[in-house]
Amino acid sequence: MPERSEGIDRHSTELRAVGISKRFAGVRALNDVTLDFPSGTVTALMGENGAGKSTLIKILNGDYLPDDGEIVLDGRPVRLHSPADARQAGIRVIPQEPEIVPHVSVAENVYLGALPRKAGRALDRAALRRRVREDLLRLGFERVLSPDTLGSRLTSAQRQLVEILRALTTDAKVIAFDEPTSSLSEHEVEALFTLIRRLREEGLAVIYVSHRMQEIFQLADRVAVLRDGALAGVRDAAATDENEIVRMMVGRDLSAMFAREHSATDQVILEVDAVTTDDVHDISLTVNAGEVVALAGLVGAGRSELAGALVGDLPIRSGQVRVEGRRVRLRQPRDAVRAGMGYAPEERKAQALLLERSVRDNISLVVLDRLRRFRFVRRAEERRLSREYVDRLNVRTPGIEHEVRKLSGGNQQKVVLARWLARAPKVLILDEPTRGIDVGAKAEIYHLIDDLARSGVAVLVISSELPEVLGLGDRIIVMQNGRVTGELDRADASEEAILELAMAEDLTTSLSEGQE
Amino acid sequence: MTPTTATREPVDAPAKDGTPRQILTAIGPQNLSLLGALVVVVAIFSWLNSGYFTWSNMQVIGEAATVAGLLAVVQTVVIICGAMDISVGSQTGIASVISAMAFMSTGHNPLLGMAAAVGVGIVAGILNGLIIVYGRVNPVIATLAGLAAYKGVAQLISGGRAQGFVLGDNLFIFISRGTIAGVPVQVWILLLVALGVHVMLKYTDIGRNIYAIGGNDTAARLAGININKYLVAVYALAGIVAALAGIVLTARTGSGQPTSGSEGLELQSITAAALGGCALKGGKGGVGGTLLAVLLLGALNNGLNVVGVNTFWQNVAQGALLVIAVVIQQRRSGERAVGLPT
Repeated sequence: MPERSEGIDRHSTELRAVGISKRFAGVRALNDVTLDFPSGTVTALMGENGAGKSTLIKILNGDYLPDDGEIVLDGRPVRLHSPADARQAGIRVIPQEPEIVPHVSVAENVYLGALPRKAGRALDRAALRRRVREDLLRLGFERVLSPDTLGSRLTSAQRQLVEILRALTTDAKVIAFDEPTSSLSEHEVEALFTLIRRLREEGLAVIYVSHRMQEIFQLADRVAVLRDGALAGVRDAAATDENEIVRMMVGRDLSAMFAREHSATDQVILEVDAVTTDDVHDISLTVNAGEVVALAGLVGAGRSELAGALVGDLPIRSGQVRVEGRRVRLRQPRDAVRAGMGYAPEERKAQALLLERSVRDNISLVVLDRLRRFRFVRRAEERRLSREYVDRLNVRTPGIEHEVRKLSGGNQQKVVLARWLARAPKVLILDEPTRGIDVGAKAEIYHLIDDLARSGVAVLVISSELPEVLGLGDRIIVMQNGRVTGELDRADASEEAILELAMAEDLTTSLSEGQE
Repeated sequence: MTPTTATREPVDAPAKDGTPRQILTAIGPQNLSLLGALVVVVAIFSWLNSGYFTWSNMQVIGEAATVAGLLAVVQTVVIICGAMDISVGSQTGIASVISAMAFMSTGHNPLLGMAAAVGVGIVAGILNGLIIVYGRVNPVIATLAGLAAYKGVAQLISGGRAQGFVLGDNLFIFISRGTIAGVPVQVWILLLVALGVHVMLKYTDIGRNIYAIGGNDTAARLAGININKYLVAVYALAGIVAALAGIVLTARTGSGQPTSGSEGLELQSITAAALGGCALKGGKGGVGGTLLAVLLLGALNNGLNVVGVNTFWQNVAQGALLVIAVVIQQRRSGERAVGLPT
């Protein structure tokens, strides 16, 4: 039907996945999934990790060919052998961290591979800038992104914007976002949503993958839920609620996620006294034994940088850190480890795990100095310890010799936690401990944090998810722009109160950052 | 394309009892293919020349492979640590010259000569490490500089000529021509060093930390490992072993050799480590595979000599093998074949 020669008749566009199945090495990733993505509609795709969302997105992007079933675009089946095929067909997946060439301008980044040329091969800079300016104007983003900014100066949101521009300049009809907001601050998210709504108005089919329930209800028209590789159901966003979606995803309710068996003592364990680093200023806070303190704030508020300083990875310019009243001189992470501090960083794959080594190697990494006798590792003891913590944390792995790379995100995070638990730290700093992991594993980690606090550990949790901050923290400390802007008791805390302390005045500041 | 993120992959637990299958997994597929290649190489050359597969020729192969073998073993450690040492051959040259010159100037004291060589090796190694750690210089570049500079130093102090004569000394003669239980002393030196390094890598916390640094340096640092100290120490170890190789070289040739006999050793050692299964990005590999690869390369070189192939072809074969080894490695790693290779 929708024959077209020039100009895109977007309103007749529709993407259908029909009976898609995909197996990997005998494991069923997708099983007979049939799903429509109509134009002018935002369809949210939800499901736990391992439910098949990523596989489906990768099939749409041409990364994988389905074993069975077909992708139908505008009523015509298409075979997508590569991302280039997908683009040709008009399907574009926007990755979380788009690839941006750092040393060239936004304009060149947008038209990368299709730069306008004058006679010969000379770059037509004028035409390039004009085109990008027109694109930005059309989308209403001329104030947030300048065609001349260098790639290396872009914020995460701006990078995604560049990728979206790339998509639009190649006449995309379907745009899929794979957890686009995981590295964005709240107002960048707002800006992105505005853009996505505009894409919807322009008649594109938008696919939106996210773990964040709030976003789904703000943005999506329809919600499709995958579970164990099969379609668990599709709902109109207006006719469903969070609890129903979670039930569809896991088959149980949200309320039981948080546990609260611990009670904070008044014995101060971690004292941070007027600490200033290159990124944060004059930070003072305490965490008591058996207490969970949540550190809230927008992305870029300096929370991870503070954590990095507290564990000796970033230099402290002035101020003191004390553990159990003793001053800790933090020249390198080793000093923090020795003082009894444990740290699960934000990027577990890049910063915490030895992906190609076993669960055992990963757990024993920080306790080798206790496991050795004359520098020889006591291997039986090491195995016993690893098994003990694998059991205690319920790490789902075929065995302690299994490579960590092959575990799911939630189980990888449990391995990181197991490592520090094995060392029995006095202070545990967890940076986004549940980022990108599924609901079931999240609940387990919440229980574990509660357990740790009950056993007397002082826990400092950094989280960007407000329900998590509210559910976990005995106290909530809010940071903004490198400073502590407030502290809330559990009783006084609410999402609104936290956001008020966390937000900068001007909604566009963050997006325009890095423009100079 | 192979999936990299299958989350619920059911994986057979390794067999617990002493089944042949367990033995096979203990050897590892990489080592098995090396063994297979070795059998093929030996079979072909034995067929071409009846003198090839004899005990005396095996001894020749072993002796010829010792110098490169020592460097390959220590290169394995450096590569597991996520780095590389291109200067090992030049360090061997310096050590060879120093051992002979110190031997001569101390009134023919072999122990002092050797100690001086080892001392120079340590200094050169530590210098490499310090340049990398505190100068923040990429290991390949830093040791490439070392390759040139150390060779120059060896030529300067020797005037570019072979120095001294050591084969009047019993200890040097013993290293050069002695055998224990029918196996040449040189080969024993290689085996002892390899065993020591193997034990360090597999059974001590030092070795574990080296694997951790190569596997993920950020994770290692945050776990409290002093990476800088380890890197300097690993390069110092490389210097020590390169010095041992230099001493063996001096004993074999009878005098201190600034360049002849030690040029191209960096290529041979890296080739052996890569063939032996070391991931060039670090964190993976072992001494066993490297030794097998050294043996394979030695058998191949010797065979080509025995059959009378032009030695220039051996360089071509050497280079081709390195590329083949890395290509196989990349194929196995299942990384997406896009972008610039790392």
